[in-house]
Amino acid sequence: MLSYILRRILIAIPTLILVSIFVFMLQKLLPGDPVLVMAGEERDPEVLAYLREQYRLNDPLIVQYFHWVGNVLQGDFGMSLRTRQPVATLIADKLPVTIQLAVMAMIFAFLIGIPAGILSAVRKGTLTDYIANFIALSGLSIPNFWLGIMLILLVSVNLGWLPASGYEPLWRDPVRSIETMIMPAFVLGTALAATLMRHTRSAMLGVLQSDYVRTARAKGLRGRVVVMKHAFRNAVLPIVTLSALLFGELLAGAVLTEQIFTIPGFGKLIVDAVFNRDYAVVQGVVLCTAVGFILMNLIADVLYVLLNPRMRQSL
Amino acid sequence: MSVTAVAVPARSRSRAWRKLRANRAALVGAVLVAFFVAIAVMAPILPIPDPAATDWGKIRLAPSTQHWLGTDEIGRDILSRMIWGARASLLAGVVSVAIAVLIGVPFGLIAGYFGGWVDSVIARATDALLAMPFLIMAIALAAFLGPSLTNAMIAIGLSAVPIFIRLTRGQVLAVKTEDYVEGARAIGLGHLAIMTAYILPNVIPPILVQATLTVATAIIAEASLSFLGLGQQPPSPSWGSMLNTAKNFLSQAPWMAVWPGAAIFLVVMGFNLMGDGLRDALDPREH
Repeated sequence: MLSYILRRILIAIPTLILVSIFVFMLQKLLPGDPVLVMAGEERDPEVLAYLREQYRLNDPLIVQYFHWVGNVLQGDFGMSLRTRQPVATLIADKLPVTIQLAVMAMIFAFLIGIPAGILSAVRKGTLTDYIANFIALSGLSIPNFWLGIMLILLVSVNLGWLPASGYEPLWRDPVRSIETMIMPAFVLGTALAATLMRHTRSAMLGVLQSDYVRTARAKGLRGRVVVMKHAFRNAVLPIVTLSALLFGELLAGAVLTEQIFTIPGFGKLIVDAVFNRDYAVVQGVVLCTAVGFILMNLIADVLYVLLNPRMRQSL
Repeated sequence: MSVTAVAVPARSRSRAWRKLRANRAALVGAVLVAFFVAIAVMAPILPIPDPAATDWGKIRLAPSTQHWLGTDEIGRDILSRMIWGARASLLAGVVSVAIAVLIGVPFGLIAGYFGGWVDSVIARATDALLAMPFLIMAIALAAFLGPSLTNAMIAIGLSAVPIFIRLTRGQVLAVKTEDYVEGARAIGLGHLAIMTAYILPNVIPPILVQATLTVATAIIAEASLSFLGLGQQPPSPSWGSMLNTAKNFLSQAPWMAVWPGAAIFLVVMGFNLMGDGLRDALDPREH
């Protein structure tokens, strides 16, 4: 088991190195003198010199890269040109906001996606199945920023039930915090719910045809017991793996959702950084997202083995 | 050897075609896509006002017989902007997927066919690219390349490359041990000939399915980038940027927000239905 985890971590290392090269190379895409572009309106020679120094632009590319990676490994992602704050601090400030949004969105996704998937698998070919499939397909096709705008129009503008925007930290005012987060979380959760529903359905369809489910039915167990205890428990594995993989989708979706509901999270940070031409922040956010995604994959792989007794024995 | 290799796909292709036509959902999808393609192509000859013509006397008019879908914040006809916006969306969807396929498929072929260290390098690079979420990658690229529709397409295309590398590689691994590939090698054909004439035709069906589904994702991605101001630049119309403006006038002019989103939804749904239908039709497991 331990050797499996170690091997899995070793495989992640080259991926991490490549990610860091990609993120580093992003700044080389800037047309013209990078310093002039990075500085934006700023033409102060002192600032330009500082930037040239900070990015070691007079050194060979490979030296620049190692310098940059060296800093990153020590938690130094550079300075935001806009706020003059360290990028690492900015990211650490915004992360809890997005995590709250992501967790609430995941709860919505599980509450909608899994029951819908089970139901449509059990009632395969019936009207319920068709309706669930149609809703899932709609969930995948609807641009979530439009769904957000429509919900604001209906719930906030017309009905006045929930605030259209704003953010309150969870520890300061939990009720208000959840109130402002519930619509964005729902919007973000729907697309994931659709993906979860489709996978739950196909996993359940596979399991429901197996011999042990037939045996369970044959010995006269009630339908619900068979579905939940015998079938669902065995269908749960691919769903666990999928949930970790959905993490990336969750973060990408958060970018737009946070923009619409003006939530000061990770996604809003990268968008604002793009418009402020705050390239160090863009790089920092992309790098953190990628590292987070790789970690989630690692956790998913390890969980898969831990949860699956057959896999555990073979190691 | 080569006779069977050609004959089998031909037979299964007509069977796939029949299955596809019998699939009502796929048909609905095709009709939706055809509708949007038609209006996008015919935009210049349709009797609609100039999409960029402003009229300060007609600001934010509700839908009427004169302006079927209403007017926007500077008096432009929304229907006309919707129709011209279809061009940006469809173009972005198709061009970015073409970029992804043209780069991803050759790399996938090479990785799967040669294996060894070439494969390891390409596989690790793919893992690394996949670790960066599609939209975040596209936003970052669009940010560094500069905001424009062309750059948005490049950014979306590049972000979708790893999907096609991985898919092609997997397919090649499954196909390359088949007898007809062995046969081609036995009669002394070169690597390039084997890859293009014997392996590629067999990996095309799943790529076609993935490409159709990715067009749907790419259209949403373009709309998202335009919504954030990183895609089509004003005053050129695009559904995403129309939504961006519309969100500032939600209480005064809700129609401005309804149409562009509905259009994105319908065209994306169309591509998704077509992709699902193609997958069902081409899936050999169902036979």
